[in-house]
Amino acid sequence: MHKIGLIIAREYITRVKNKTFLLTTFLTPLGILLLIVVASLIMTTGSDDQKNIAVYDPSDVLNGSLDAGDHLHFKFENSEINNTIRRVEEGTFAGVLEIIPIQDTLASEYAVQYHSDDQLAIDESSSIKRAIEKKLRDFKLKALHIDIDALSKIDTKITINPITIKEDRKVSSMTTLVSSAIGGIVGYAMFFIILLYGAQVMRSVMEEKINRVVEVLISTVKPFQLMMGKVVGVGLVGLTQIILWVILIPIVIMIGTSLFGLNPEDLTQTTNIKGLNTMDQSETMVMAQQVLTELKGMDWHILIPLYLLYFIGGYFAYAALFAAIGSAVGEDINESNALTFPVMLPLIFSMYIGMSAVSAPHSSLAVWSSMIPLLSSVVMPVRLPFQPPIWQVLVSIVLMIIFTVFMIWLAAKIYRTGILMYGKRATFKEMARWIFQ
Amino acid sequence: MMTTDVLKIENVTKTYQDYKAVNDVSLAVKEGSIFGLLGPNGAGKTTLIRMITTITMPDSGTISLNGNVLEQINPLDLGYMPEERGLYKKMKVGEQLLYLAQLKGLTKTEAMSNISYWFKKFDIESWWDKKISELSKGMSQKVQFIATVVHNPKLIILDEPFTGLDPINTNLIKDEIFNLKKAGASIIFSTHRMEQVEQICDRIVLINKGKIILNGEVNVIKNEYKNYTFHIKFSGELPENIQIDGAEIEKGENNTLVIKGHPGTKSNDILLQLIRRDIEILEFQEILPSLSEIFIKKVASTYA
Repeated sequence: MHKIGLIIAREYITRVKNKTFLLTTFLTPLGILLLIVVASLIMTTGSDDQKNIAVYDPSDVLNGSLDAGDHLHFKFENSEINNTIRRVEEGTFAGVLEIIPIQDTLASEYAVQYHSDDQLAIDESSSIKRAIEKKLRDFKLKALHIDIDALSKIDTKITINPITIKEDRKVSSMTTLVSSAIGGIVGYAMFFIILLYGAQVMRSVMEEKINRVVEVLISTVKPFQLMMGKVVGVGLVGLTQIILWVILIPIVIMIGTSLFGLNPEDLTQTTNIKGLNTMDQSETMVMAQQVLTELKGMDWHILIPLYLLYFIGGYFAYAALFAAIGSAVGEDINESNALTFPVMLPLIFSMYIGMSAVSAPHSSLAVWSSMIPLLSSVVMPVRLPFQPPIWQVLVSIVLMIIFTVFMIWLAAKIYRTGILMYGKRATFKEMARWIFQ
Repeated sequence: MMTTDVLKIENVTKTYQDYKAVNDVSLAVKEGSIFGLLGPNGAGKTTLIRMITTITMPDSGTISLNGNVLEQINPLDLGYMPEERGLYKKMKVGEQLLYLAQLKGLTKTEAMSNISYWFKKFDIESWWDKKISELSKGMSQKVQFIATVVHNPKLIILDEPFTGLDPINTNLIKDEIFNLKKAGASIIFSTHRMEQVEQICDRIVLINKGKIILNGEVNVIKNEYKNYTFHIKFSGELPENIQIDGAEIEKGENNTLVIKGHPGTKSNDILLQLIRRDIEILEFQEILPSLSEIFIKKVASTYA
């Protein structure tokens, strides 16, 4: 136990002190912050220069006012249009918006004219268009004698309220959305972390084999101790990174956004102006409130331990397999590809099945895959927020534990022979023979 | 004083698939001796060493260290320097040695004091923070040597310890091997380079195709394989048609003779005959075969 502790400590400390680890761990939160800052800067710029625009509206279509955001100021000049245009040349106005009198109230097409040598920016012209459209709507309603109050009662907003029959869990219209988001994010993270750190285990085994340091080591420790020490040490590095990210990313974003004077709401506001998001402000707020309640309502005290269990189970099974493969490869790192492929295959499958389970968590594909070892460590975490039946979770966990122990046993058999074989890559046939040796 | 056997190998056999890498080998290494494990490439030296270091287990037979039969547990008072040198390239020299010493059961303080002892001895105190990848081959060989002996093992196994070393470092390591022997350690020295064996080893075992074909003290073996050849230097003129009973004479340059006797020829008989012929002898030496000659002869005969 003392030796395995030393091995774990070496694997952990050399990795954590490594520059690449430090850079990825601490730069990733900064990178995310940078992304947010740049994105919001890009989204807010372009509409920041103020423009004075004269409006020529002889037939009073606009009823003397036009509102197209904070950056565009309109002045109604109903004197001779040529005089106004001259004032554009003098610099008083950026341009003159000429509102053409309406000939046909029922026409669905309508054009205004903008007199200027400077083109309107895209967001400016779309703001102006939307503002005129609104005014024109009022104008048409009036001209066609339609009751505005009656009209507003025609459109109905529909919500489906889920009511559970058996369970006493509170569900709202946001439950599915929030569950999907949690499942999707955790499932993808599982896939990514298992792949990333499994591959690190493999590289580390290969490094020791190529360095021949393994020969010195296994005259001191058992191959199994060496392999497990490595798997656990690298796994702890993975956990460290996740924990640091979970803590650092929100802190850095919070500090960063307040430092740059950014408000996440600004982002939604700008998108609103651009017309990318038709939801209005209050609706967004309500939604955010609902998401928050949903997040608080999740059974985190059950979810988090389960997620940890699936991470450990999945990581150990894959890392052991990667270690076995690392031991079987010869000198050339490129040779590993042919051997890693069969290990990557179930992992990639599980990721795709997991992503489909986000939208259909109770499909038979998702249900079965969430119980099959090697797939379950990604698929079940996706399904967990949707509260799958307890028997499925239990079957999945029991199978996973049995299979993981079996994988470690299998990998240890391959590993102890593989690390002493030099010169060429082992075939699957040879590895099978090592297992039964 | 009776010396005990540090290592005792009895009837050990190891089979890989269909060939016997080590076939019924028995040998013993005495405390405080240097033991040469010789053999051509592929003779089974590495397999034998791997069994002593418990990297692999024998199919049959027993290996005991200090009287204890080696089982699955790794022996701590054993130091092994494999032929293919291996250290972590990106780890610092000091941290690496500390790690390996701790794996061998030393506490951190013990390990630190032993490492600094060797650093001082080799005058490499500035290397602690260097990475192995920054060192030359000869330099990393020194580090490897320290890694092998840092925990003061009773039995040290050195597989081709001098490959890649320049003459200065070869002597440095050679001196340390003698020092370790003086301090009571036993050393197994595996090589196929005979001239080193003659200088260093007390006893040797020659294995070929997994079997021991020669086992004994270096001097005894050399005597056993002597071919009664004597080298003589004289002054003055040699009588014409000189003959010696039971021997052939070959004249060499600069007043030298090589006399090849028959088995059983005694040096005094030859000397007596020469003196009677009034030849003034300046030098007289029996030429013993080199281990290399014995090696080639023995190996060739097992191939025949």
